[in-house]
Amino acid sequence: MDVLDRIREQVESNAVVVYMKGTPQMPQCGFSMRTAEALKACGKEFAYVNVLLDPEIFQNLPRYADWPTFPQVYIKGELVGGCDITLEMAERGELQKMIDEASA
Amino acid sequence: MQVQNSITSKLQEAFSPQHLEVHNESSRHNVPPGSESHFKLIVVCEAFEGEMLIKRQRKINQLLADELATGVHALSMHTYTPTEWAEKNGLSPNSPPCLGGGK
Repeated sequence: MDVLDRIREQVESNAVVVYMKGTPQMPQCGFSMRTAEALKACGKEFAYVNVLLDPEIFQNLPRYADWPTFPQVYIKGELVGGCDITLEMAERGELQKMIDEASA
Repeated sequence: MQVQNSITSKLQEAFSPQHLEVHNESSRHNVPPGSESHFKLIVVCEAFEGEMLIKRQRKINQLLADELATGVHALSMHTYTPTEWAEKNGLSPNSPPCLGGGK
């Protein structure tokens, strides 16, 4: 399968998915760590892809939604943003609302 | 300082921000001394009024596409309208520690 199709399938088959460096249990980048923590705090299950273990995704994810950096959070197939946006939305209570709606 | 200066002047020119901070945070990461790889930006401008955060950040990503393609590895962005900035009392979040995950 083409890598962009693979990414499309991941973001469309999971209500919430984060592309990160490392795992939520063992993040390998501070920005990934904070993003995963914000998602965990919402109390719903979410999927993750460790981009350090998948060079093809690491290389190609930036062009999937035209976003140059990691981590990237997708909710219902749409890019929400990276670490700064996810945290800002969590602070405003918007992240919880979006995740509750997506997981309902 | 070359990259930092270029980021600063591009942001000044594109947004005429009311408040702008460009911090080189590379020394907190796993890169050689003097690197210009990790930056944190605070951009406060009227033009962000009514725009989603993702739209504001996309504009900056596009503006700094050359820098991001040639050595800027992390770009933390805090983008506010003057009203939002006043509500924050002029404080933006601190960047996280490195954790060493490499590129």
